[in-house]
Amino acid sequence: MRFLLDDEQRAFAHSLDALLTAADTPSAVRSWGAGDHTAGRALWSRIADAGVFALAVPEAYEGVGPLPVELAVAFVELGRHAVPGPLVETVAAPALLTEPGLAKRFLPGLASGETIATVAATNGSYPLEDSYALDGDAATTLLALDGGGLRLAPGHGPVRTSIDPARRLTRPAPGGELLATGPQVTAAAAHSLTWARLATAAQALGVGLTLLDRTVAYVKQRSQFGVPIGSFQAVKHRLADAKVALEFARPLLFGAALTMDPADVAAAKVTACEAAYTTARTALQLHGAIGYTAEYDLSLWLTKARALRTAWGTPGECRGMVLNS
Amino acid sequence: MDLDFTADQDAFRAEARAWLHAHVPSPPLPSLETEEGFAAHRAWEAELAADRWSVVSWPAAYGGRDAGLLRWLVFEEEYYAAGAPGRVGQNGINLLAPTLFDHGTEEQRARILPPMASGEVVWAQAWSEPEAGSDLASLRSRAVRTEGGWLLSGQKTWSSRAAFADRAFGLFRSEPDTPKPHQGLTYLMFDLRAPGVTVRPIGRLDGKPAFAELFLDDVFVPDEDVIGEPGQGWRVAMSTAGNERGLTLRSPGRFLASADRLAALWRAHGRDPFTRDRVADAVIGARAYQLFTYAGASRFLDGEPIGPESSLNKVFWSEYDIALHETALDLLGGEGELADTTDDEGGGWAEGYVFSLAGPIYAGTNEIQRDIIAERLLGLPKGRR
Repeated sequence: MRFLLDDEQRAFAHSLDALLTAADTPSAVRSWGAGDHTAGRALWSRIADAGVFALAVPEAYEGVGPLPVELAVAFVELGRHAVPGPLVETVAAPALLTEPGLAKRFLPGLASGETIATVAATNGSYPLEDSYALDGDAATTLLALDGGGLRLAPGHGPVRTSIDPARRLTRPAPGGELLATGPQVTAAAAHSLTWARLATAAQALGVGLTLLDRTVAYVKQRSQFGVPIGSFQAVKHRLADAKVALEFARPLLFGAALTMDPADVAAAKVTACEAAYTTARTALQLHGAIGYTAEYDLSLWLTKARALRTAWGTPGECRGMVLNS
Repeated sequence: MDLDFTADQDAFRAEARAWLHAHVPSPPLPSLETEEGFAAHRAWEAELAADRWSVVSWPAAYGGRDAGLLRWLVFEEEYYAAGAPGRVGQNGINLLAPTLFDHGTEEQRARILPPMASGEVVWAQAWSEPEAGSDLASLRSRAVRTEGGWLLSGQKTWSSRAAFADRAFGLFRSEPDTPKPHQGLTYLMFDLRAPGVTVRPIGRLDGKPAFAELFLDDVFVPDEDVIGEPGQGWRVAMSTAGNERGLTLRSPGRFLASADRLAALWRAHGRDPFTRDRVADAVIGARAYQLFTYAGASRFLDGEPIGPESSLNKVFWSEYDIALHETALDLLGGEGELADTTDDEGGGWAEGYVFSLAGPIYAGTNEIQRDIIAERLLGLPKGRR
């Protein structure tokens, strides 16, 4: 047993971090939220070139996967940099499209990043709870699950804003091509949900890690009463608790990536999202009023932490999955 | 990255499980914190030691199995899953023994470790004093040089297990006027029944004498019972403190077993909807703690020391343990208030709850741990405590 990332996995994280640090991600996030996808799509291509989307696609369909541990490594970095777009949905889609005809048609595009997929379940027939498709206006492929099966939706309804301005929500339009029906769609939806939850957990952990880093940096330089506010115990202890929460979410994430057991993944999802959310509350409080502004970049992570907490499974649904109840 | 045990490790697990299945006492032993229970737990230590299960990670020469960290974790998982008794020898095994391995002499190890492993000598810790708690370095108990050894005087308190234990270890001021308080301290071991020692048991919240005050009046300690160099006690003790907070004080097996018991209790109570989320959190937390420990063990086996990250560990398990027991008591309702039974449906949880309440206080308070996390892991500036 060696429960540590290996050198190659760590190097992969570092290279993604370097790529995203160089890319001025905050400005891409802001234009994405305003409906301008140009910078976001350029970022998407570079993430695709780094091989991230291929991790969810089997080699038979031009991917390199499935490699859930590497996928978790990548999504921690995507979360750390608040990358916008239906990232989770694009890596959850291959599990919906395992029938050989569909796989041959869709998976190579998903692996290469040419296909930007989003997914919604429009009624309670499947264990996919999200009835809105994230960024339907940016996606090239909008998959809809409803009572009749899996559809390729012909478009989407009005674009709704969400609590995270960079996450724009749509409903799939009715009609379109029926891709699959029957019990295999239910099984595929459950499998896809596991991938979506794993990627969301990783993304949330990354969001939390950045919120902690930025807040630690802020309280070291912000002075009141003649000293850095980071020297006060009331400040230190909140940050220490955030650190504890994040560091205990991390092993659950990678443990779940190793087993891909739905209960383990649900445990990682609820824990990572709660840790990120706790850290967001701490980050906002310790920044004070500047943290409560849209213009300050902290807001990009603060709002995402709230949105991810309920994306692809509420805390209650995930806890229920852990106890099989 | 993997979570797979080797065939050897699996065989070790099977051997431990079979032995425990055949030997774990039923019904459970009386409370460790009573005279009768202490004696029963001491006898259990002897039974463990007879088949070399009391200190599996130690060298065979001292009664162990040279098991290594991973097999120690495996043993602990099996031990608590089997519902085996609490370890009365824990202070010695987890706190003193690592110090002797790092700083003791061969003579000390040969003399002290085997009777520790068998429960023949049970050890208490003697760190805190009435005026030296979190600020341990301000301690005042003295060690004064005398022919062939030292004379100890002063007062120690909150000494776990000292009400019934045989010997104790702690820090004493051997040089009175040093520039800094953590200088001039010496690490000594002494007999709790030596002339000049008065032990006054203290009842914890439930009244059981889980710890004691020690009054020392010119208690003679021979030179052979000094660990490390005189005056270097702080450095010697801190290696013990690091161990205590680190991987070995609370093994994941303990919480995995508690979480399993809680989940079973919850199912037996009709899957009570009001406590469901908290039961799930207990199950998740035990798994998180296990995996966090596996990651720490993997780093340790790669040659990285256990550093300040052990403070993360201590804050996590101590808060977790209370939450788990609170959930059990809330689930039990009126039954949970019963403190006079040891089965799952009553006081077993109540006593566990009382014990858990001490967790954020001992072994370095959680406030001190959070300061360490903030200053040494996050790099925040030191400030007034």
